[in-house]
Amino acid sequence: MRLLVLLPAFNEASRIRRVLQAIRQEIQGDLLVVDDGSADDTAAEARLGGARVAVHPVNLGYGAALQTGYRYALRHGYDAVLQLDADGQHDPTSIPGLLAGLSAADVVVGSRFLEAGSYRPPFARRLGMWLFGKLASVLCGQRITDPTSGFQAVSREALHFYAHERYPADYPDADVLAMVARSGLRLTEVPVRMLASASGKSMHGGLIKPFYYVFRMSLALMLVPLRSHRR
Amino acid sequence: MTQNQRIFAIIAALGTLLFILELVRRRRLKEEYSWLWILTSMTMIVLVSWYGLIEHISSLIGAVLPTTTLFIFALLFLLLISVHFSTVISRLSQQIRRLTQELAILSAERDGPAQKDHQSGDPRQRKDVAP
Repeated sequence: MRLLVLLPAFNEASRIRRVLQAIRQEIQGDLLVVDDGSADDTAAEARLGGARVAVHPVNLGYGAALQTGYRYALRHGYDAVLQLDADGQHDPTSIPGLLAGLSAADVVVGSRFLEAGSYRPPFARRLGMWLFGKLASVLCGQRITDPTSGFQAVSREALHFYAHERYPADYPDADVLAMVARSGLRLTEVPVRMLASASGKSMHGGLIKPFYYVFRMSLALMLVPLRSHRR
Repeated sequence: MTQNQRIFAIIAALGTLLFILELVRRRRLKEEYSWLWILTSMTMIVLVSWYGLIEHISSLIGAVLPTTTLFIFALLFLLLISVHFSTVISRLSQQIRRLTQELAILSAERDGPAQKDHQSGDPRQRKDVAP
């Protein structure tokens, strides 16, 4: 299987090499780092770490960075994409489990809540995850425990779906999973180990962002049943 | 509506129309983004100069003063223009996203074979299979 390991990165120069090294010890596969308009040396560090680097000249957002990787993978004939965060939160030792899930599913989501050894996010965030997980579960018609997980394995079939303009540029999580399930793609969750981010910073941090996120995600989820998700 | 109100309203609407047309003539404003402005100012001119029409509309929507009708119409059209711009901005950001992604993919390909790539043939001749 031709596998592309995809890491969207934004200002991760201090960690990206270590993360790439840890991944290399775990699996064979081409590494692609999508540098989403970083101000630091993320791109250079990633090249030193042995990855190909796709550089966004401007910051587009987490979802858009992922989509750049999906489009690259499609164009270069990869069979599957394994995506994980560049900050080292996603433990590479969980990768084999994710890839094994591809034999029976198109999108394999790594869930930190199915794995006892995972780091627990703070209460407020866990509450949000739980709520959106419930909503996504209803919309998907199957149980979703970790809707915000960016630790995923994606088959070529699903890459076509993800490369479409419907893929959100900012927060691709619960709504994307709901769209995937409703489009007829097979979706499954497997346990993965996640660690606390070393810097403690999160894309959902700040004072206003969490509120915007909740509003944004509620709107997207509400629209899921009203939109068509034909592949 | 007093004579002063009518004269002022006509001058304001005509001034707007001429200003927009001048911007289009000098290519500072594209035709496709000017039509709503032109429609707005022409509606205002018609409403102000045709007193029977504005009186009729006023009684129809329950407005006491014809000036209120004028304000409501101006407000409605401004709202429409704002929504129109929001859709334009959405389209533009979608296009920028696509361009940035294409540029990033090209930059990754130009990087050279940092690793063994699984591609057959020239990547530039491959078409994106995505819809």
